[in-house]
Amino acid sequence: MTTDVSLYERLGGSLAIRSVTEAFYRKVLADELLAPYFDDVDMDRQIAKQTAFLTMDLGGPNECSGRDLRAAHLGLPGLRDEHFDAVVAHLAGTLREFGVSEADIAAVGAVAESVRDDVLNR
Amino acid sequence: MLLTFDGRDYELRPGESVLEGMARHGVGIPAACRAGSCQACVVRSVAGDPGPDARRGLKATWLASGYFLACMARPSADLAVIQAGADIRTPARLAGVRELAPGVLGVRVRPERPLDYRPGQHVTLSNASGVTRIYSIANLPGETERAGLEFHVRVFRGGAMSGWLARAEPGAMLSVGSPAGECFYAPASRSAPLLLAGTGTGMAPLLAIARDALARRHAGPVALVHGAADPAGLYLGTRLPSGRAAPTAAVTWRTCCLTRGEDIADAVVGELARLAGQGAPVTAYLCGGPGSVRRMRRALFLAGMSLSDILADQFAAAA
Repeated sequence: MTTDVSLYERLGGSLAIRSVTEAFYRKVLADELLAPYFDDVDMDRQIAKQTAFLTMDLGGPNECSGRDLRAAHLGLPGLRDEHFDAVVAHLAGTLREFGVSEADIAAVGAVAESVRDDVLNR
Repeated sequence: MLLTFDGRDYELRPGESVLEGMARHGVGIPAACRAGSCQACVVRSVAGDPGPDARRGLKATWLASGYFLACMARPSADLAVIQAGADIRTPARLAGVRELAPGVLGVRVRPERPLDYRPGQHVTLSNASGVTRIYSIANLPGETERAGLEFHVRVFRGGAMSGWLARAEPGAMLSVGSPAGECFYAPASRSAPLLLAGTGTGMAPLLAIARDALARRHAGPVALVHGAADPAGLYLGTRLPSGRAAPTAAVTWRTCCLTRGEDIADAVVGELARLAGQGAPVTAYLCGGPGSVRRMRRALFLAGMSLSDILADQFAAAA
């Protein structure tokens, strides 16, 4: 993100992030590739984690580190690049629905890319 | 660490909750959910800090008096505690028990003092042997003065409280905890459609919420969905108890039975589709066993509802 004002702030801070997170999480749950990983997960805890991740990804007040992401995904069986790609695609699709520009979406994708190895425990 | 409880000193192990520590020393504190939700286990600190987790969700008046949740308190330094006073638990007597349906009791309890509650909230009931369970209140404040608090209680085989209630004589001593829970009528708008879906005796507090909403002149449509394993479990029928005036809101009530191959998660999504597009966003109230509440909540979320518009109250498994 090259602008002075972060995308997080332009999206309206924590309130809008909550609706973005819900829309994003809805896409993830509806994806057959990803849904099995969320079957036994408490939705409120998951929304809280996703909100922290999105806040970081959009350049908001940082509540989430690569180490957190590594710990959170450790022990999830069979997690591969295709899962990571699918999640990033859902995030891009969600932001597009909220009217975010392609340049900003690319910037968010780059931040997400920077934690790929943490998520996939490499 | 030293835990002083009602003036006597006990040793508390690191990481142990006040509730667990006292139980290890043979001192029972009334408790039910053990997860910081039901507020049955509140005690009062007179010296020391029980920590922020132990204060979460308690009302300001309690916090000001030093009350905290024994199940969530894992102190890191010495703590002195006294039992909750009479302002927390209200002595009560059993007023009557009748069978509403096979395996479901209608239990009336008369507290010594009136309780301030909103229909849909729950309380803990403790009997003289110290057995404590959480039950939702099934009637409205205007009715409890004469009839007492009413609860719909599923009788479990070997259930310590439900078994006791099935045999207890009117007049038996009980105590009632403070009403708790966020599942009650407080809509953003009086014209918002309400979707109330419950399984088994979980329908009782939802019916109370619906009647409360109508008594407060709720104007939006009200859709009730009652699910049960078999038709005998649909013990509430499908008609609201008659009120003073005909409700202005459109009230519908459908039932859902596993033996008829009907899934309550599908039914609530169908009702949501019918209610959405009627103007204001839908508010959903869900109550029942943890499995069905979780499935309904997930289905409504996937159908587009925000989690903040879904108020859920799931029954804790009996300890």
